[in-house]
Amino acid sequence: MHVAVVTFPGSNCVEDATYAIGAVLGASAFTVWHTADTLESGGKPADAVVIPGGFSYGDYLRCGALAAHSPVMKAVTRFAESGGPVLGICNGFQVLTEAGLLPGQLARNAGLRFMCKDVHLGVARTDLPFTHRAAPGQVLRLPVAHADGRYYVGDQELAEIEARGQVVFRYVDEAGNATPEANVNGSRNSIAGLTNARGNVLGMMPHPERAVEALLGGEDGRVILESLLSA
Amino acid sequence: MPHDLRSQAASFGLSPDEFDGVVGALGRQPNALEAAMFGALWSEHCGYKNSRALLRRLPTTGPQVLQGPGENAGVVDIGEGWGVAFKMESHNHPSAVEPVQGAATGVGGILRDIFAMGARPFATLNALRFGEFDTARNRYLLSGVVQGIALYGNAIGVPTVGGEIETNACYTENPLVNVMALGLLRHEELQTGTVGAVGNSLLYVGSKTGRDGLGGAVFASADLSSASGADRPAVQVGDPFMEKLLLEACLEAYAAGLVAGVQDMGAAGLTSSVGEMAHRAGLGVDLHVDKVPTREAGMAPLEIMLSESQERMVLTAAPGKEEALVRLLAKWELEAVEVGCVVDHGRFRVFENGAVVADMPVPALNEPPEYVREGVEDPRIRSARERDLGGLPVPADPTGVLLKLLASPTIASKRPVYEQFDQQVMTNTVVLPGAADAAVMRVKGSRLGVAATVDCNSRYVYLDPELGAMHAVAEAARNLSCVGARPLAVTDNLNFGNPLNPGVYYQLERAVDGLARACLELDTPVIGGNVSLYNEFSTQGGRQAIHPTPTVGMVGVLRDVGRHAGSALRRSGDVLLVVGPLAGSLGASEYLWRLHGLEAGRPPELDLAAEAKVQAVVRGLVEDGLCDTAHDTSQGGLAVALAEMCLPATGAALGLTADLGDGAGARLDELLFGEAASRVVLALRPSAVEEALARCSAVGVAAREVGHAGGDRFTLRGGGAVIDCALEELRGSYEATYEMALR
Repeated sequence: MHVAVVTFPGSNCVEDATYAIGAVLGASAFTVWHTADTLESGGKPADAVVIPGGFSYGDYLRCGALAAHSPVMKAVTRFAESGGPVLGICNGFQVLTEAGLLPGQLARNAGLRFMCKDVHLGVARTDLPFTHRAAPGQVLRLPVAHADGRYYVGDQELAEIEARGQVVFRYVDEAGNATPEANVNGSRNSIAGLTNARGNVLGMMPHPERAVEALLGGEDGRVILESLLSA
Repeated sequence: MPHDLRSQAASFGLSPDEFDGVVGALGRQPNALEAAMFGALWSEHCGYKNSRALLRRLPTTGPQVLQGPGENAGVVDIGEGWGVAFKMESHNHPSAVEPVQGAATGVGGILRDIFAMGARPFATLNALRFGEFDTARNRYLLSGVVQGIALYGNAIGVPTVGGEIETNACYTENPLVNVMALGLLRHEELQTGTVGAVGNSLLYVGSKTGRDGLGGAVFASADLSSASGADRPAVQVGDPFMEKLLLEACLEAYAAGLVAGVQDMGAAGLTSSVGEMAHRAGLGVDLHVDKVPTREAGMAPLEIMLSESQERMVLTAAPGKEEALVRLLAKWELEAVEVGCVVDHGRFRVFENGAVVADMPVPALNEPPEYVREGVEDPRIRSARERDLGGLPVPADPTGVLLKLLASPTIASKRPVYEQFDQQVMTNTVVLPGAADAAVMRVKGSRLGVAATVDCNSRYVYLDPELGAMHAVAEAARNLSCVGARPLAVTDNLNFGNPLNPGVYYQLERAVDGLARACLELDTPVIGGNVSLYNEFSTQGGRQAIHPTPTVGMVGVLRDVGRHAGSALRRSGDVLLVVGPLAGSLGASEYLWRLHGLEAGRPPELDLAAEAKVQAVVRGLVEDGLCDTAHDTSQGGLAVALAEMCLPATGAALGLTADLGDGAGARLDELLFGEAASRVVLALRPSAVEEALARCSAVGVAAREVGHAGGDRFTLRGGGAVIDCALEELRGSYEATYEMALR
């Protein structure tokens, strides 16, 4: 598995993603600069794409808005349209919504503050390249670190997303219930991660790449990354 | 005109005598640009003129020191070819005027010092001090400073892994914002701030120069008077995105071997960076001010030379390497402009459109006068220290006292603060803020861990500057030892009042002596630091100094990061051991202040040799895997320390039952809430207790079993009293303070 990690100026989780995929999980990860027009390294095309977290272009405009128009996103879009798996984490999720590869948008947290802490995620689907290693209904503990992670989408589109089963992760309590308290940023329907209709593009606010080693406090992120690497 | 300039000496931050010194160094009258450049470099912030003689008393060497004071940051060897660059700096006055940007630019500035050393920044900590949170302004300063730290650190992607907050009315007008940063490097990657050799080019990289931050170094070296609102232009605005580009570009340029020397443009901007780089090399520079990229047209040489615009670096390159360097920087969309060259004339010459507009000898510019003053202790402080505390009533409701202490801003949970910081980016954070006495990061590609802490009990230092400063060092080292790290070296941030005041100078001198003694005894040399003087507030009687606050930042190493301890109880049935003295003392305690409104008495005794033994025993138990819960007892004494062990930063709480006995003659409040040095609470598996007790006894360290972990209540007996409450009640007190303050 050859994984492209897209790098925008300002991205700050590039190393975290490549380390998790490469050094920890033993796959091959390479970085792709934002001006690139192809997703390959050493003449070998990517099998999967990760858009990592961070503050692309400083996020001085709406988060992810500038990155969505970068040259590399044309290549990412083509890759997604061809059915390749694309995982956007945190700022990467914001980039994917801004680029129109996923519906909705990420607004400022209900608490209006940056928030870094562990949350619980309920896994709603296990038939995707990102979740096939999870058990149905499994609860994962993963860290979030964002100021703009409140998933928002209009009523009608929300109904369509739910009807098509695009919601992959919801904020839940330890027991797996999507309570208002567990919905840390006030996302609609507690949505923490969702996929496109085809199921090959996933955006999520929590950081699976930060939870692949017991030394750092948890390994639940492995379920997601190992699913992707064995897709 | 020359005569007029002397009368304006003060506006350049120079005394009339210093102005005459400048005339002597030049052999003629300076022009306004030269006077301003001298004034900036001779300011306390850049030139340490009132503190340099004292700072020489600090130990600065040791086999673990790769780079001592004098560079952008010190560097300590952690083994296996790795080094850690670290330093602490203050942004006190800017934060008082504009807390968000003041704190943000503080983070940016200290990070530049770290990557100027060739290290990749990998953690920051903050030592913050505010007035009490019962006023809206102090809450505004708290929330602004927290936002500022978050704004910069989160965006650039360097985790904030620890820190401390103290409150005291003395900080109301003049909060303290000290930021410490750490960076990781291989030994061979070390860079230095030098112009290198004759013929090298000076390259200007980063943000364009604006009129912001003019006179910042002088601003930081004057007191904050009520007119400081007019000093807003001395506060700058941070751009973490630009700094992220600079950081990545610089690290890439070093790796490519294109950089001869590097320094950030901090206080006093181009003047200090270029001047210091030339001085370190013993060479001269010609700088063409008209080539400096500016944000607006028509900036005068003086404005360009003294601007403190953020996110700017000076790089020097050997002949023939400039072009490759410029190309590499362009990949990061950074413009690099050649603004000067290195010459052997030993002078700092500034040119504008080909004409010399300033010409000064480099050594004179960088060697300000040095003042040694006469300190005298304020008799009011002496009498407060000598006050007899024996007549105070013993508390009738120790449970209520504990709950009150847990809510004290100095003790209470800082969770609502640190949740606003990205603590985990870079995926090295092994121990999250609040989960242990020190932060712990792993070093990828090795088993090594790096621990860091910032500490100062300013009330101790106020009441006894020498002993208080010793406590700051001892507590920092103890915190590192509690996580299982061997303390290596120190960076200090000396926050004091106006040194021209004999009472303040006394505090500064005694505190430096205390730091020196403790650092020598604990083998933790001081390899960098910062001095922030003129921190004062208004009273009806005039200006008064803040509590003397020599913040100690300390770094240690864990040889196996997998073996570290946290401060919370982990398993029901673990045995609680108190290592060190059982009873503390009331002098200078948080209890005395929060319950009796007194800042009085002598801080606890500190025997540095005994301290080192306690630390070695605790560290050994953690390193050998016999103990994974260790907690230092500081403010609030044993009762607070034990309660904190039941209040984990994450996960479920676990109760305890403990009995301290009759206290052997100690008062009830001394036993429960008295503070003491060299004291640590451990929680161990029952199977490890015998070994732990034997190790303590072998080196003459007192240790006693006081109880065990378990249940969902906190039950502590001692001196004939019982504190008994539900964990939820403890948590309620502990968590509410910052929730309210940040609302």
